[in-house]
Amino acid sequence: MLKLHYNLEKVSMGLVAAIIVAASIGGIVEIAPLFTIDETVEIPEDMRPNTPLELAGREIYIREGCYACHSQMVRSLADELDRYGPYSMTSESAYDRPMLWGSKRTGPDLARLGEKYSDTWHVQHLLDPRSVVPASIMPSYSWLDQDLDADLIKDQLTTLARLGVPYNEEMIKQARQDLFAQTQPDSEFVEGLNARYGERVAVRSFDGDVSRLTELDALVAYLQSLGQLTLEPYDLFEEVAQ
Amino acid sequence: MIKSLSIPERQSMLAIVLLFLAISAAMAGLADRGVMSTHGLMAFGILVLLGFYIAGSFYGPDKSKVSKSRYYDDPTLAGVFLSLFWAIIGMGIGVWVAALLYWPDMAEGISWLSFGRIRPGHTTGIIFGFGGNALIATSFHVVQRTTRARLADSVSPWLILLGYNIFCLWAVTGYLMGSTQSKEYAEAEWYADILLVLVWVGYFVLYIRTLARRNEPHIYVANWYYLAFILVVAILHIVNNLAVPVRLTSAESFPVWAGVQDAMVQWWYGHNAVAFFLTAGFLGMLYYFLPIRSGRPIWSYRLSIVSFWGIVFFYIWVGSHHLHYTALPYWAQTLGMTFSVMLLVPSWASAGNALLTLNGAWHKVRDDATLRFMFVAAVFYGLSTFEGSFLAIRPVNSLSHYTDWTVGHVHSGTLGWVAMIVFGAIYTIIPQLTGRKEMIWPRAVEWHFWLAVAGTLIYVVAMWNAGITQGLMWRAYDENGALSYSFIESVKAMAPYYLLRTIGGALFLAGAVLCVLNCRETMKNAQGEATDRPLVAPVGTVEA
Repeated sequence: MLKLHYNLEKVSMGLVAAIIVAASIGGIVEIAPLFTIDETVEIPEDMRPNTPLELAGREIYIREGCYACHSQMVRSLADELDRYGPYSMTSESAYDRPMLWGSKRTGPDLARLGEKYSDTWHVQHLLDPRSVVPASIMPSYSWLDQDLDADLIKDQLTTLARLGVPYNEEMIKQARQDLFAQTQPDSEFVEGLNARYGERVAVRSFDGDVSRLTELDALVAYLQSLGQLTLEPYDLFEEVAQ
Repeated sequence: MIKSLSIPERQSMLAIVLLFLAISAAMAGLADRGVMSTHGLMAFGILVLLGFYIAGSFYGPDKSKVSKSRYYDDPTLAGVFLSLFWAIIGMGIGVWVAALLYWPDMAEGISWLSFGRIRPGHTTGIIFGFGGNALIATSFHVVQRTTRARLADSVSPWLILLGYNIFCLWAVTGYLMGSTQSKEYAEAEWYADILLVLVWVGYFVLYIRTLARRNEPHIYVANWYYLAFILVVAILHIVNNLAVPVRLTSAESFPVWAGVQDAMVQWWYGHNAVAFFLTAGFLGMLYYFLPIRSGRPIWSYRLSIVSFWGIVFFYIWVGSHHLHYTALPYWAQTLGMTFSVMLLVPSWASAGNALLTLNGAWHKVRDDATLRFMFVAAVFYGLSTFEGSFLAIRPVNSLSHYTDWTVGHVHSGTLGWVAMIVFGAIYTIIPQLTGRKEMIWPRAVEWHFWLAVAGTLIYVVAMWNAGITQGLMWRAYDENGALSYSFIESVKAMAPYYLLRTIGGALFLAGAVLCVLNCRETMKNAQGEATDRPLVAPVGTVEA
């Protein structure tokens, strides 16, 4: 072996090839089987992709780096089930590009946040966290009160659809209309939104101001959708509890 | 810079600058949304300045003939100063974000000063800015000395440094403007990622061409590590950043990986950024500068072979230990854990090899703060690799994951190991390249050492306490079987540790500022240049 290495040390491209081979094996073994995920992970029947407004909110969540302090992955540990709810299932993040599982909990996990607090609470908490949670160390996101820039939404849905997220042609075509409709409960376009994304989609003015579509609207809509894209984990949890 | 280039070299340099000037102008003009266009303008501005500099001194003095018979150290010096520049930026941001966790209202209303946007600025500024420039600079130094040959050409080192630092600048300023891919340690947008690939190809070609000119039959171990760093970082970077831009004229993109596979790819990348960026390259540094400074050969060459291949082969498997108890398949988690534990063997073999090299030179460790930096680096390397293997064990991870223990672990590696070995290397290189015996203020090196050690210890111990407290509070049950603490109670409990951490970080930053001042003053009082020379072998006698 030493003799072999003695000679290898004299050939730079030999070292290069050996390094590439040695460093590739582990990654291939661990990543390649996940290409079969479509066959091994069953997507629940009630699972839906994010609505355009939620997707815009997700982009704001990413822009502000929320993932640096909040995970979206409830681990299968007793205290986490008690604190947050059912543990996260593979299928729940199947459409997530990128995934936002996170790695640090300076603040609590958000995987089961949806519909836990009111919209008003979220708006207040985002604008001035310490007014609702005095000991909070979260930044105040006072600038989220600005108009939502939705120029890219159609292209975003198109790109995601190309990558395999089930947005159909109709969803892409009506993306802008759906985005606005979600904050206008009285609008005639709500029906179309519900037809495309299901009856469980929350339709309301999330920031309390119907006249404007703000970043708060989008972000709160996204936060309220966390853990709500499918209800299967809750059903399974109930079954096991009984 | 320009003096060491011949006229044809100046021509090709100018041509390349003009080419990229056109590209960045196109980028600034065509991009229809803010960040990408701003980034085009930034690159444009830098390239215009560089273009004027080259054109303005085009017919200036030409010392390339003399320069060609010597080692090419100008890019190394430039890299060292870029590295120190980023050190101050990155550590400064680090102290700022640490303080924000204790005084959350400091950034009130200013988006680009808020924790979430600026935190990746800290990690990128330190890992890529400080660490990356130090690696590039020292690799130029080491590859020339250990092959006894001059860098293969004089133009590409500058382009590598230029492109690399534009990448760092695009990344960090992008986050502040809210442009990020959100993949930890790979947040830069797609066009910055492409730039880094181009830079990296150039870097690899330069490195291999220099090795091919070597006047030593064997390739020294430090170069294996630098090679592993260059090659594997390229693989990791490309695979993890595969993404489809929403529009070619905007920064937004979506990754080709989704959900659990994205998580696996991300942490395969994330942990091997630790392995091949923050470990392999710096081990290359250690294997060269520690023997040089201590005047002792590496204790065991055989052991260095075993530990090198162990590190290259084992590390790649361990990323999945970031995903214990998650939705990642159980077998993948178990593989990650198993290899993490096995990884302790080559890691401690390297640390032990470094420490045993100091046998017979302990009096130098006592007297020479520069060598002491390297000694402490080796000790922290041993400590943090042990801690890493320990934290990767599934039940331990159930307590430590998501807590500040992880943050403490990372910093015992980055402050205690990576930064210390860099400072040791810098304090060795700067006097050598300025023809001096030592730095101009040797006492400042001593002060820097103790500030760095104190800062690291305060930081790491505070984060251990913080992390273990958090982990225990989250899982505590009272006698009725209910959770004892609400989440916010665990946040309140962190306050004293977050304050201590800020103080530790500030001490470390103060030491780095001393280093910058010391290096600047030493450069100003240069007494010459490096006195060692490459072996110029007759043409045609060296095999590739």
